[in-house]
Amino acid sequence: MARVVVDVMLKPEISDPQGQAVQGALGRLGFDGVTRVRQGKRFEIELEGTGDDDLLDRADRMAATLLANLVIEEYAVRLEP
Amino acid sequence: MPARIGVVTFPGSLDDRDAARAVRLAGGEAVELWHKDRHLHEVDAVVLPGGFSYGDYLRCGAISRFAPVMATVVEGAHEGLPVLGICNGFQILCEAQLLPGALTRNDHLHFVCRDQRLRIESTATPWTREYRPGQEVVVPLKNGEGGYVADDRTLDELEGEGRVVARYLDLNPNGSRRDIAGIRNAAGNVVGLMPHPEHAVEALTGPGTDGLGFFTSVLAALVAA
Repeated sequence: MARVVVDVMLKPEISDPQGQAVQGALGRLGFDGVTRVRQGKRFEIELEGTGDDDLLDRADRMAATLLANLVIEEYAVRLEP
Repeated sequence: MPARIGVVTFPGSLDDRDAARAVRLAGGEAVELWHKDRHLHEVDAVVLPGGFSYGDYLRCGAISRFAPVMATVVEGAHEGLPVLGICNGFQILCEAQLLPGALTRNDHLHFVCRDQRLRIESTATPWTREYRPGQEVVVPLKNGEGGYVADDRTLDELEGEGRVVARYLDLNPNGSRRDIAGIRNAAGNVVGLMPHPEHAVEALTGPGTDGLGFFTSVLAALVAA
């Protein structure tokens, strides 16, 4: 069984109020020097099949179809060793 | 015979009953549609109601847009079927790419619930034809992810083509770009709206009856068609 990880993040130009709230909370907790926080989603997908290219291609289609909304988000796909 | 207006119920829909009631108060026949149903039961128009379909899992509307009923709604929309998406319904229409842009978390992160003043900016839709251009109305607004975003080119296109259907007045309640509360597709038959006209159809239960016009409009449009 292969495991593919898909990371989905808001595009840089889309404002991320959740990330900003986290940044504010970190500051209040005394964590200095935090200049920016962006919050995203991580999907771990266990996939039957072999062949890295095929696995990545299938995960890529899942991300583009459902996992990410390409109007506001971007994604990256990678195989977990 | 009154026109048949379908109201889709997804798991987690909240406002399907209110939408059906608004249809009846306007003089139409409300037809319940189930998310698993591919068949639209000969309805003349469809309302996608507010709520939290599929628990808003993944993204609001992201899973609902793949419900069996949506395949038929999308097909119908391309053929001119009047479709109104309210709140979660608006999110579904954007996810289904029937409308451009997306709805994102309110910029202040709080759920907002208020009687909201709006300006109706496009009456060239079957859902707004009984309003006057520029008419100001008050309807309830309640959302956590109602911030409308699209890139500048899309926003310019929407404005240039008169496709902004409603704009927020007094204050921007959720960080929507250019105060946009509702938009329509190029043909005009598909309208997405973040505020809830179905909650403003009776003086007893709403801030007034300003929302009724959306439902009387579509009935009038169907008679005229």
